[in-house]
Amino acid sequence: MIEIKNLQKSFGDFRAVDGVSFSVKPGEVLGFLGPNGAGKSTTMRMITGFLAPSGGEVLIAGADVEVDPIAAKKRIGYLPEGAPLYSDMSPRNLLEFIAEAREVPAAERAKRIEEIAAKVHITGVLDQQIETLSKGYKRRVGLAQAIIHNPEILILDEPTDGLDPNQKHEVRQLIEEMSKDKVIILSTHILEEVDAVCTRAIIITHGKVVYDGTPSELKERSPSGRLDEVFREITTAAAPAIA
Amino acid sequence: MKSTTTILKRELRAYFATPVAYVFIVIFLLLTGILTFYMGGFFEREQADLAPFFFFHPWLYLILVPAISMRLWAEERKTGTIELLLTLPFSTGQAVLGKFLAAWAFTGIALLATTPIWLTVNILGDPDNGVILAAYIGSLLMAGGYLAIGSCISATTNNQVIAFVVSLVTCMLFILAGLPAVLDFFTGWAPQAVIDTVSSFSFMTHFNSIAKGVIDLRDVIFFGSLIGCFLLANTLILDAKKGE
Repeated sequence: MIEIKNLQKSFGDFRAVDGVSFSVKPGEVLGFLGPNGAGKSTTMRMITGFLAPSGGEVLIAGADVEVDPIAAKKRIGYLPEGAPLYSDMSPRNLLEFIAEAREVPAAERAKRIEEIAAKVHITGVLDQQIETLSKGYKRRVGLAQAIIHNPEILILDEPTDGLDPNQKHEVRQLIEEMSKDKVIILSTHILEEVDAVCTRAIIITHGKVVYDGTPSELKERSPSGRLDEVFREITTAAAPAIA
Repeated sequence: MKSTTTILKRELRAYFATPVAYVFIVIFLLLTGILTFYMGGFFEREQADLAPFFFFHPWLYLILVPAISMRLWAEERKTGTIELLLTLPFSTGQAVLGKFLAAWAFTGIALLATTPIWLTVNILGDPDNGVILAAYIGSLLMAGGYLAIGSCISATTNNQVIAFVVSLVTCMLFILAGLPAVLDFFTGWAPQAVIDTVSSFSFMTHFNSIAKGVIDLRDVIFFGSLIGCFLLANTLILDAKKGE
């Protein structure tokens, strides 16, 4: 469903993403791991068409994002990094706007908003101004807008950031529920999350893929079976030597 | 088209969700009132027209319109919502147009709120309502011109103050182009064609000719193409920033 071929992105002299290739099929939940500044968000921004790649291509269901961005965007639900939202709107108004923009039929919108709100537990704050909501609520409103149109592809940039342990658990359950027929790519810093929800893990560091496999294989790499040790080993080993 | 109206509706709603709309409209009415009645000598002139009312519009818009347009893109960039907006399934051009039309509709609403002065002049005398209607249309077109410039400039930065100041100066150039202060600089040495070209870019020249009651197609085309050019530039800037 998603095919990424030799994707590159440079900001001036800095190569944020340096030849990333992978493909994801429906049913897969891909965990995107890597240290801060590794190029996770930049890659996601190129998949969703927010940033134009410096090289390589992103194919969504066979269509190049650069060539036909609207067709690609229609298939995607996206939670950007930091879950930016129009803070002077209420979640309900925001979801109405996104649902309309995402072509959810007018007759179904209200029902759909209620359903999604119940799923992510924001029903009680639907009519409150987003500005006044806590970080956890904002993140869940961000998640709600990403899934409002039941997209085939879900790109979630740190979906559980700022949530408490219970909320994290709920969001992971939600992701698992949705994963059967969707392509889900999520980025995270939390290694246990990869173990809990992902069927596949990709570690990138300095803009390059340094690991691509299942979370359990990843764990086996470490004698102690601890993900954080493997993560540290992989991501620091790949760092270019400082002269 | 549908996508454009979706954005237009959201934006227009956002104006009224915050005090921005109400503050703006009240200040706009207050300033037009003061300028028309005190500085313009509306009553002292003893003429049944709205010339003193429209006379100040280019200057009033110079301050107030950049205050609306400055947030159009700079705020989206600052808060990150631009990422939400531009990953929705529509083109950059549709987003630009939707946001612009909402801002323009909003200035239209503010302008509509001044119609009591139109009624007043009809009660006091017997004005030429055709001229007044033309001037209103001219004023709205001019506001659109200011907004398109401001929207384009707002797309270049994430700083609203910069967007405001640069838009104000740019709009001022478009006003001043028709004034002797600028034209005198060219007279004497530049050929008449150059002077005419410079003056033809002036908002004043085109607005004043419409405000006299003659909606000349050339003036409408001037504002229309100005809006079109700046919105196109706005779209190109946003697309170029994707590649940065």
